[in-house]
Amino acid sequence: MKTVFVTVGTTSFDDLIASVISQDAVQALVARGYEELVLQVGRGSILPGPDSCPGLTLQAFRFKDSIAGDIQRADLVISHAGAGSCLEALGAGRPLLVVVNDRLMDNHQLELARKLHADSHLLYCTCRSVSTRAALNTRAYCICTDTESFHMGLQG
Amino acid sequence: MAALFGVFCGFILIIVLFTLRLFFVVRKGSGYRPGKKGSVSVLVVAGSGGHTTEILRLMGSLSESYCPRHYVIADTDKMSEDKIRTLEASKKQQDQGNFTIHRVPRSREVRQSWSSSVFTTMNALLYSVPLLFNLQPDVLLCNGPGTCVPLCLAGLLLGILGAKKILIVYVESICRVERLSLSGKILYHLSDYFFVQWPSLKDKYPKSIYLGRVV
Repeated sequence: MKTVFVTVGTTSFDDLIASVISQDAVQALVARGYEELVLQVGRGSILPGPDSCPGLTLQAFRFKDSIAGDIQRADLVISHAGAGSCLEALGAGRPLLVVVNDRLMDNHQLELARKLHADSHLLYCTCRSVSTRAALNTRAYCICTDTESFHMGLQG
Repeated sequence: MAALFGVFCGFILIIVLFTLRLFFVVRKGSGYRPGKKGSVSVLVVAGSGGHTTEILRLMGSLSESYCPRHYVIADTDKMSEDKIRTLEASKKQQDQGNFTIHRVPRSREVRQSWSSSVFTTMNALLYSVPLLFNLQPDVLLCNGPGTCVPLCLAGLLLGILGAKKILIVYVESICRVERLSLSGKILYHLSDYFFVQWPSLKDKYPKSIYLGRVV
C-alpha cells in the first residue's frame, strides 16, 4: 500500500496537519496513487479521526518511542525541519519533503533544511508560501532522494 | 584601608591563579587518554527534543567500553527519558542497565531573554557542581543544549580544583551549518575536542575538528 508519513516532532505543527488533510492535498495524494496517510501530530490540537480523508486510509497518533518503523514503511515522508526525522528519512532512503514552520521565530533547524535542499537531498517549503498541494504537484512525490551521496558525501 | 587593600590583592591573586589553572586544564586536554585504565565513564548531556535525538544517535554508535553512562536531562523534559530508556534497552545483554538518568534545572528555555539566562544558568550551575563531584565522569559529551554550559563549567571546576580532569567533548548539532550555537561559541574555547559537522564551520573555526557527519 503506497503510504505517506507525516511527522511534526516533539512540539506541534497544526498548520502542517491541516494542510495535509485538506481536500486539495488529499486529492493530490490520491491522484498520485497514495492509499494510506499516517500522521504523527505531537502536542497539536488536531487529531483527525480515521474517516476524515475520503479516499485515504488515515491513521493518526501523538507520540511513539520510535518512528523508524513508520519511515521504513512510507513511500514519501513529509516532516517539519527536525534534524532527527530528516536524518532518519534520508538514512532510510525515503523521498523527503520538509515543510518549515514559519511561525517559529529564529528557527535554526531551517539552516539544515536549506543546506540539505541545496545539496538536492530533499525539497522544502512553508505552509504559507506554498500550499502542500502545490509542493506535492511539483517534483516532490517523485524526486529520487539522493541518499547515496548523502551517506558518502557528508562523511567527508 | 590597608586591610581592604589586602583583601583586594588576595582577590586578584585568586582570580589570576584560577585563570592560570584554567589555561593549564584546558591545554592539558589533548594529551589526556582516559581509556588507558579500561572502561570510560561518560556523562551525556541530553538536553531536550532535537538535541536528545541527535546525541542518542551518537550514543548508539559508541562501543560498550563507554560505561557507565550518566544521562543528564532538563527537569521540564518529559520525552527524553523514554528515548534514553528505549536506546539503553536495545543494548547487548551484558551491557544493559549500566546507566543512570539525572535531572537538572534548565539553564535557558527557548526564547528566554539573555539577561535572565545568566541567572537561570547560575541556578543550573548550583545543581551541576555537586552532580559532577558525585559522578566524577571521565568524559563529558554534549551537543549544545543550554544545559550543557553549566555542566561543562562544573567539569572545568573539578579540573581547576585538581579533583579530576574531565575531558569535554563537544559535538555541534548538525543543524548548525553556517553559525555556531551560543553554547558552541562559549565551549569552543573551553572544550578539549570540538567537533563540527559541516566544512563551512571548520573554515570559520580552525580549532574545530571536522570528520563529516557523525550523527
